[in-house]
Amino acid sequence: MSALEAVLLTIITASTPLLLAAVGELVVERSGVLNLGVEGMMIMGAVTGFAAAYTTGSAAIGVAAAVGTGVAMALLFAFLTQTLAANQMATGLALTLFGTGLSGLIGQTFTGLPGVKLGALHIPGLSNLPLIGPVLFAQDVLVYASVAITAGVAWTFTRTRAGLVIRAVGSNHHSAHALGYDVAAVRYRCIAFGGVCAGLAGGYLSLVYTPQWIENMTAGRGWIALALVVFATWTPIRVAVGAYLFGTVWIMGLYVQGIGVAIPSQFLSSLPYLVTIAALLAISGNRILTRVNTPACIGQTFVPDR
Amino acid sequence: MKKLIVLVAVVALSLVTASAFGADPLKVGFIYVGPIGDHGWSYQHDQGRLAVEKALGKQVKTLYIEKVTEGPDTERAITRLARDGAGLIFTTSFGFMDPTIKVAKRFPKVMFEHATGFKRAKNVATYSSRFYEGRYVIGQIAARLSKNGVAGYIASFPIPEVVRGINAFMLGAQSVNPDFKIKTVWVNSWFDPGKEADAAKVLIGQGADIITQHTDSTAPMQIAGEKGIKAFGQASDMIKFGLKTQLTSIIDDWQPYYIQRTKAVLDGTWKSTDTWGGMDTGMVGMAPYTNMPADVAAMAKATEEKIRSRKMHVFSGPIHKQDGSLAVAKGKNLDDGTLLGMNWYVKGIDDKLPK
Repeated sequence: MSALEAVLLTIITASTPLLLAAVGELVVERSGVLNLGVEGMMIMGAVTGFAAAYTTGSAAIGVAAAVGTGVAMALLFAFLTQTLAANQMATGLALTLFGTGLSGLIGQTFTGLPGVKLGALHIPGLSNLPLIGPVLFAQDVLVYASVAITAGVAWTFTRTRAGLVIRAVGSNHHSAHALGYDVAAVRYRCIAFGGVCAGLAGGYLSLVYTPQWIENMTAGRGWIALALVVFATWTPIRVAVGAYLFGTVWIMGLYVQGIGVAIPSQFLSSLPYLVTIAALLAISGNRILTRVNTPACIGQTFVPDR
Repeated sequence: MKKLIVLVAVVALSLVTASAFGADPLKVGFIYVGPIGDHGWSYQHDQGRLAVEKALGKQVKTLYIEKVTEGPDTERAITRLARDGAGLIFTTSFGFMDPTIKVAKRFPKVMFEHATGFKRAKNVATYSSRFYEGRYVIGQIAARLSKNGVAGYIASFPIPEVVRGINAFMLGAQSVNPDFKIKTVWVNSWFDPGKEADAAKVLIGQGADIITQHTDSTAPMQIAGEKGIKAFGQASDMIKFGLKTQLTSIIDDWQPYYIQRTKAVLDGTWKSTDTWGGMDTGMVGMAPYTNMPADVAAMAKATEEKIRSRKMHVFSGPIHKQDGSLAVAKGKNLDDGTLLGMNWYVKGIDDKLPK
């Protein structure tokens, strides 16, 4: 295996959970909802994914459990914020605290056990190509899913009626409501989609990244994803760029240490944050476009007139 | 953030036995930096706790708090154990040093034992183990088995304990292959499986075909296994995370020490001491030598035996520092003071030591 190939593979592994979580949150925010519970949904996905895979011996069941848990957490959030009209920010924070705590409790008996790793899916004919074969066509199914989901979301927002409806609900929920769209129903679906993605991201950590359960193993990745969405001005392609940039700088920080460049490791640890923010600010410099993309109703509670 | 604090009272308070001994059981507290399920550092300390319980039965009752972060939380955790009536408290991470000293001042009747530190007080003893002796052995194994002549070293923080380990590993490797190289990645954490895994992947990608770590999770072992290379475990036997990967593991055995010190408190003979035990005292052990040819295992066993019987000192001269200056002359050994404050690399290590 060439050195370049190894680095590229590592970058993909480091970037995928960020991309999954961020794309999910992007859809949620585009519908006008701010869910700060990404970290909580992720960590719950990680623990239940690990637990299900360990108990059944099947990583696929683990992925399904991670998704299911992510959706369940998301629906809890949706019920509180959409049906009961609770404050979104407070509810999202509570969801993160709740998820972190509950995952520790569930995971107690699973700490320090060897996990089940989700295998790679070799695409016949292509995975044998030099360099790009192993890097692009011999990944696990979640990496393919992260790319497919990102492309699907980008296509939905620009090319489909459903995308227009979501954007309308996010931009002006009163008008959307007046036009006859069920704001709460649209948002429920978007929040659930966010749960699917966060669950996948969590499952990726405990089934692929490091196949074991460790308390707090998300280590703030949910928050990074949240920040990526904002800095990428709610566009899926930019979210992908941001996630991969972050992963690349993160891995390069370790890489230059390995080849013996004398840069303080603490500085290298902070570099991914700095570079990603700077880069995304630079590419989202167009103010008009930014305003068009920003969901105007984000974080606001909507209660239809009766 | 939510912290799971588990207080376990394992020996039930039995009034009958308590009165038979004429006193309440001695409460012995333990503070761990990681989860006891880390299968590394904290796990081994917890094995020590369990051994104390087993050996002293109803005379003692043990308490522990796991996953205590090094910082403001530490003081709270130690204070809590002291308030709960612990008569002896073991604080088991380097970063717990200052908080231990601070809390000890407020509880003069409680005895404290701090692992791997150097600050003592009337009621604070320190203890550590010469893990570096084991690192010399694994360095030799690495140099015999590595085809590329390059080992990847995943390190936590540039403190003397870790630097000493890197040097001992290198000296062991050089005794077999003078041109042996190591690549070091500092992850700035004792326990961050994701980052440790990333570091392992990067090092393997750069040509390291043996992985060793001075961090506490089993993630690097798993990665090495996936990539089909060999690795050394850390602190405890990690064989179940790498049946075909683990060569051996340096095992910290705190059990005899913990039992002895608890007994000393029970007898009233406890004094503030500084203990630094190595293979000769049983504090450092090696997991079975696996996944290697018989002659390599025999070499490792022979070295282990020489260190155990004190026929050999790992840091015996001549040793040159990275810059070429002489650290210790031929026929002499590095003294413990120098070892405890070690902040330089031996010759042959290319990296620059972070400050």
